[in-house]
Amino acid sequence: MTPKEICGKLADKLGLVLDFKEEAGDPWASIPTDKWQQACRIAREEPELSLDFLRSLCGVDRPDDGEIEIVVHLFSYKHRHAFVMHTKTDRAAPRLESVSGIWPAAIWHERETFDLFGVDFPGNPDLRRILLPDDWVGHPLLKDYEEQESYRGIPTTRPGYEKKPFGPRLKKAKPVPKKEEQ
Amino acid sequence: MSPIIERGPEGSFAVGPIDGLLNLARKHSLWYLLFGTACCAIELMQTGGPRTDADRFGMVFRSTPRQADVLVLAGTITYKMASRIRLLYDQMAEPKYVIAMGSCANTGGLFQNSYAVVKGGDLFLPVDVYIPGCPPRPESLCEGLMLIQQKMEREPWLKKAWGKYKSDKEDPMPTEGCDPLR
Amino acid sequence: MTEILQVAPDREELVLNMGPHHPSTHGVLRFVVHTDGEIMRKAVPDVGYLHRGLEKIAELQTYPGYMPYTDRINYLEAMFCNMAYATAVEKLLGTEIPPRAEILRVIACELNRIASHHITLGCITMDLGAFTPFVYLLREREKINDLMEALCGNRLTFNYMRIGGVSQDVDDKWLKQLETFLDHFEPVIDEFDKLISYNEILVKRMAEVAVICAEDAVGFGLVGPNLRASGVDWDVRRDLPYGAYPQMAFQVPVGIGEKGVVGDCFDRFIVRVEEMRQSCKIIRQCLSNLPEGDIKAKVPKMLKPPAGEVYSCVEGARGEMGVYLVSDGTTSPYRLKWRTGSFAGLSIIEHISRGLMIADLVAVIATLDVIAPEMDR
Repeated sequence: MTPKEICGKLADKLGLVLDFKEEAGDPWASIPTDKWQQACRIAREEPELSLDFLRSLCGVDRPDDGEIEIVVHLFSYKHRHAFVMHTKTDRAAPRLESVSGIWPAAIWHERETFDLFGVDFPGNPDLRRILLPDDWVGHPLLKDYEEQESYRGIPTTRPGYEKKPFGPRLKKAKPVPKKEEQ
Repeated sequence: MSPIIERGPEGSFAVGPIDGLLNLARKHSLWYLLFGTACCAIELMQTGGPRTDADRFGMVFRSTPRQADVLVLAGTITYKMASRIRLLYDQMAEPKYVIAMGSCANTGGLFQNSYAVVKGGDLFLPVDVYIPGCPPRPESLCEGLMLIQQKMEREPWLKKAWGKYKSDKEDPMPTEGCDPLR
Repeated sequence: MTEILQVAPDREELVLNMGPHHPSTHGVLRFVVHTDGEIMRKAVPDVGYLHRGLEKIAELQTYPGYMPYTDRINYLEAMFCNMAYATAVEKLLGTEIPPRAEILRVIACELNRIASHHITLGCITMDLGAFTPFVYLLREREKINDLMEALCGNRLTFNYMRIGGVSQDVDDKWLKQLETFLDHFEPVIDEFDKLISYNEILVKRMAEVAVICAEDAVGFGLVGPNLRASGVDWDVRRDLPYGAYPQMAFQVPVGIGEKGVVGDCFDRFIVRVEEMRQSCKIIRQCLSNLPEGDIKAKVPKMLKPPAGEVYSCVEGARGEMGVYLVSDGTTSPYRLKWRTGSFAGLSIIEHISRGLMIADLVAVIATLDVIAPEMDR
């Protein structure tokens, strides 16, 4: 089934009209946050969809829209089709129902999203930091993350070097010297 | 201070100061800790492998820090790992040496923009030899180990107080290490 | 052979710490093992000791400038990581790769698969107590390192692929060296089989240990040789073909429970040995039809892919290595996520570790082929 057909089938089952975006690259469907767990369950258990392989569950920070997007990539070994679902959570207090009961792989993916973005997943049996130390302050993959001065006595910049700016890298083109025609 | 070794018809003998004889024995039995975090660990394993054989210098790997002389910081050091490495270093018995192998252990390597990488092993350990490379070739690591051997040759054992040998390197974290819980 | 014994709930529990510095953990991993004597109640993994923030670094680098960082995602199969990233950007850009570059990519990837399996199989046997096969395989790996050094200049972190193709061309001398290596290496796999694969001690330590059924494997997201050893016949090279793989004829080894049950440690071991043979076969086919032409497509110097997102995956030595790339039209990626096989491989250990002995935990970690940088990124 093509992603559009899968989206149509999911929309029928949920009883809603789903937003389906087709830009450059892969198309994706946008699911409202309150129907997230239901949509995931239908995607997994519906025999025509049978999306049993959770490839990845990750977050994308959108500070301009004030939200953190959670993106899920699914695949079905039986039917050999893939599907991408997005949902949005509020950036100030991000939380989303956990899908770890549907795909056990989601437990660690949700832990990682919690660690790096600060998104809360009620229902996840083991929600704690996974990649960073337990006493780390902040969620690094947010766009406005500021690095600490030192961690447990180790300085974060090498002494003698200036601190590198941690924002998005702006590449300015070098100005071309004007040739004066004489 | 190296002893003079002569081979005569009645046998061979070495003449030299006691320091020199002791160091001759020590430098040909330099045991390194089997420890590596990232890519440089593979090159460390290849150095102990068949082609560049570290065993011909008398260097064998030991798994426990209590039996090791040299700690080779092979690979990137993260903040989470730094306190454990300091614990390993503290468990090693004097006289002990540290080699920073590869760019990541020297100064943080190509991860200058990273929030979770310690910018150099010498921010929390006293390093003796720095080996550049990413990863350094096994021959470079051998050269580094030979530099440690040369350093060992020059060490004045008996000039220090009898029974107490303290290396005169600057330790960036002398008493508490980098973990406030210790 | 181990049986899952009943662990009485009233016995005292001993909590052991295994790692992060441990001779048998692959890279820096830590397990907090709750045991009752020798039998484990559970083994909880603690990861993140090699988390270098490679995903955040992507947002601060340009597209071509990120290629050296992709090597460090998994340094044992750096070519696959390069290729996954390059194919993701090429999908967004819509570039056509020249046929010579495709074949060169396949040769480099399959050589890297063989080299990666050397370390894996060597570490499996070393962890179970046999040191000799590890040293033999390191010797063979040195020959592959020599080939790679002649190809792209580095032994371990290659940075060989570029967005649009590859960076260095090969000449007849290198192809001759490659053929000599293949002629030398194919009998070595048989020698390895005779030496260690069916050794009674190894079989007894690995057969019927930590059986992962197909449903668990798919549910926890296992990929690659781990998935195939559990009986699921899936290979991205054959089923979702990319690059030059549609032209290649090869078989995909699947676990059949040769010495025990489907999905035990021995299956995971023997599937990898067989994959090395198939890789040699693929490289020979590449050598016989290497077309002439360019090695890199023309891409603009300031790469600005159109806004959108893409997921592209390749079949690495540790399974499906996927890249999820979100672009917003500027010169740096907006978000880059790596989907790696070891992350899933480690998450299943807590589930299957109940009732195993501590020595079996070593066999499980080794055969699941978890490697720290791929897990932590």
